[in-house]
Parts: sequence; C-alpha cells; structure tokens
Amino acid sequence: MNDILAGLEHALRLVVGFDPTLYEITLRSLSVTLTATLIASLIGLPLGAWLSVNRFRARRFIIATLNALMGLPPVVVGLIVFVIFSRSGPLGIFGLLFTTKVMIIAQVILITPIIASVAHQAIRELWAEYHDLLISLNATRFQRIKALLWDSRRALLTASLTGFGRAVGEVGAIMIVGGNIDHSTRVLTTAIALETGKGNFALALALGFVLIALALGVNYALHFLSRTERSSRW
Amino acid sequence: MVAPLLPLSVRDAEVWRGPTRILGPVSLDLGETGITIVLGPNGGGKTTLLRTLHGLERMRRGSLKWSCSREEALKRQAFVFQQPVIMRRSVVESIAYPLLLDRVPKRDALARAAEIAGNVGLAKHLELPAQVLSGGEKQKMALARALIRRPDLLFLDEPCASLDGESTHEIEEILQRAKADGTRIVMSTHSVGQARRMADQILFIHQGQILEAGPADAFLAGPQTLEARAHINGDLLS
Ligand SMILES: Nc1ncnc2c1ncn2[C@@H]1O[C@H](COP(=O)(O)OP(=O)(O)OP(=O)(O)O)[C@@H](O)[C@H]1O
Ligand SMILES: [Mg+2]
Repeated sequence: MNDILAGLEHALRLVVGFDPTLYEITLRSLSVTLTATLIASLIGLPLGAWLSVNRFRARRFIIATLNALMGLPPVVVGLIVFVIFSRSGPLGIFGLLFTTKVMIIAQVILITPIIASVAHQAIRELWAEYHDLLISLNATRFQRIKALLWDSRRALLTASLTGFGRAVGEVGAIMIVGGNIDHSTRVLTTAIALETGKGNFALALALGFVLIALALGVNYALHFLSRTERSSRW
Repeated sequence: MVAPLLPLSVRDAEVWRGPTRILGPVSLDLGETGITIVLGPNGGGKTTLLRTLHGLERMRRGSLKWSCSREEALKRQAFVFQQPVIMRRSVVESIAYPLLLDRVPKRDALARAAEIAGNVGLAKHLELPAQVLSGGEKQKMALARALIRRPDLLFLDEPCASLDGESTHEIEEILQRAKADGTRIVMSTHSVGQARRMADQILFIHQGQILEAGPADAFLAGPQTLEARAHINGDLLS
C-alpha cells in the first residue's frame, strides 16, 4: 500500500514538475500508439466491412484467422518482426530495427485483427438490417460499405479504442523491436519494465499511473469529440 | 425518351426455401398503367411475390422479362418493405439517402427530402433520429424515401398495415397522386376495403399460387374461386 501511495506521489511530482524525460516518453507512447491505431483502423475497419458485405469461399477462413490472430502473443509478434527487419532479414535493407517506425509496424500487426474483428461483428448486424434496402436502392458495393461504416461509426470507434487500449499497454513486442533505447525508442511500458527490473518501484508505479491516465484521456477525448458532432441518440 | 420498363411478363416463376416451394409456379403480366393490388391471406405469398418481381428473391424456375434491360428496370423502381428499414440517421437524411446515392448535392437532396417529408406529414420530425419515430411514422418515412427518386414503378408491401384510418387515407391520397403522375403501383394488402378504394387490377394469391388475376371491379363483384370469396367475406365480417 505504501508503495502505491509513494508511486502516486512520485507521479504527481513528475507531472507537476514537468519532468522532461517523462514528457518525452509519454509523448512517444502516444504518437507511436496513435499512429499504429490510425493505420490499423484504416486497414481493419474497411476489412471488417468488406468481410460483412461479401460472401466468398475464403470468408469464414479469414474470419476464423482474424479471431485467432486477436490472441497473438506480443512477444512472438515482436520476435517475428525483429527477424524480418534484422540486418540479414528480408526487409533488413530498410534499417528500421530499433526505430519507432518498426514499433508502429509491430503494433499494427497486433491490433489490426482486433479492430477488424470487432468492426466485422458490428457491421454484420447492421448489414442484416440494411441488406434489402441497399440492394433495392441499387447502391454500389462501395456505397454499401460507406453507408455501413458511417452508420455504425460509434461501434467502429469502440473497435479502434479497443485496439488502442491493447497497443498502448503492450510491452513485449515493442521491447524486442524497439530495444527500449533512451531518447529514441523508450516508451512508457518499456520504461516501466526497465524501472521495475532495477527495483525503482515508485518510479515504475508513477509511470504506470501516467499510462493509465493516458489511456483514459484518449478514450474520454474521442468519446467527447464524437458526441459533440451531433446531439442525437447515436 | 427512355425505353419503358413495362409491360412485365412473368412465366412459371418459382421460389423455394430449401425443400419448400413458397411461391409458384406463377405467371402474370403487368401492364403499363394503374394500381395493381396483391390481395391474399397471411402467409399467402404476397411479400414473396413482390420481392421476386423486384429482384430480391432468386427464382429456382421460370422467367421474368422487363421491356428494357433488367439493370435499367431495377434502377427505375422502388420498394416499401412490410417492415420498414430504419437507417441510423435523422429522418430527413434517411429520406434523402437515395438521392445521395445518385450523387445529388447534399443541400439539394435534403431540401427535396424535407419537401417530401412534408407531403407525408413528417414536417415536424425532420431532425429526429429515424429510430424514435412511431411505427406508422416509420412507414410514412419509408414511403417518402421510396418516392424521392420518382420511380416509374413502386412496390409497396402492406404500407398501411400499422396506420390508423386518417394516416391510411393520407397515404392512399399520396399514392393516387403518384399514379396520376404516371407512377405504376403494385401494392399488397390483406384489406379488401383498401383494394376496393385503390385497385385497378387485382391479383389474388393463396398458398403461393395466383388464383385470380384481372380487373378489380369484376373480381370484387364476383370472385371466381372459393378461397377468394372466403377471403372477401371474412374480411367484411371482421
Ligand atoms: N424458410 C422457409 N421455410 C418454409 N416456409 C417458409 C420459409 N420462409 C417463408 N416461408 C413461408 O412462405 C409463405 C409466404 O410468405 P409471405 O411472407 O410471402 O406471405 P405474405 O402473404 O406476405 O404474408 P403476410 O400477410 O403475413 O405478410 C409463408 O407461409 C411462410 O411461412
Ligand atoms: Mg407479407
């Protein structure tokens, strides 16, 4: 209990004192994960919609695969990405290992299946409702997907936030591919792991509270933004 | 001058659900003008017939020939479903939606939607989420959405089933106006009274078969089949 209080106090001191290191790694956490969430949403949301609207042979297989990939162990993803981008790996020439770019790539791989899966679930239900109308109105395939994405935007926001939540707290994959390098690839989660390892529990806890605040803040901000856009029920 | 889509000629059309034939074989011709009422008891196949004509049901057998290409024909018709499909949008946006699909500028589409909403008595509800409308109001909204493209052919599946007398009257007037403007109407109902008021032609459908087809006056004055007579009498009694 004392540790937790000490952590809270430490966190407060760091935040109020505008501790430069804290702000640096917090911003890096935020920018890496937000970028990853954005990219994963741009892939996952239309993929989810596409899977809901089209019937083709491999559809069930893809959906089952997505569901399985949702539970991917981050360390394994990190390892695979590491091998692929290591100097002798197939994409080694890009020299991305131990940069924030490759951390983003690892997170995109981790959360795209989640976002696509959650989106697919919501959009499939809406498609069951809209199907006859959209067919009757001669909506093109693109128009159908557009209507479904727009009209399920609340559920899709939740899908993206679920992805964000998983990515922002993730440590295994980005530790491996990013290397937790000070002033370069260190983010909140890897810093927490490091400080815990060193026995600096108060600092680790402080960082942990900042991480929680960050996750809450992003969720509040997005929900607030989407609510002010229109005051009606959705 | 675009090619007319009617007459429509249907020959031996059958719709199956797994091992069950739920419609047909039916053959019918749909002429160029007027209001055709599809009359019949619950489960008779009215919905299935309308959906088949509109291209929403796959036929296992038979043929369906429009006077123009199928794609062209489908573009120029609209359908009001028995259970209105409610989009997660405001009333005015829902009604405008078909125009947005046609790439009409949003302002124009919304203005036109507001006008049509006024015609069906929804002027006060334009900005409400469509989902909060009452059952009857949802029906009217669906009708407005179907009318906004000025279809040449309009299918309505029991559009007045959940409407009170006054609303039914309003809808019937709107449909008569559409008919006067040249819209061909095919509408199902189980109400003989509505058939009496609206029909130029009648199709009586029972257990997936068209038992009678012809001018409304003759049918209502003297139905030929026992089933039709029973249906008309039953409706009068209730
Ligand atoms: N999957 C199915 N298997 C067997 N029968 C089915 C199936 N789906 C529909 N039917 C039957 O098809 C028949 C025609 O239904 P339809 O909806 O066309 O009737 P309707 O005349 O529109 O009835 P209502 O007046 O109640 O709207 C019904 O008897 C229904 O039970
Ligand atoms: Mg029906």
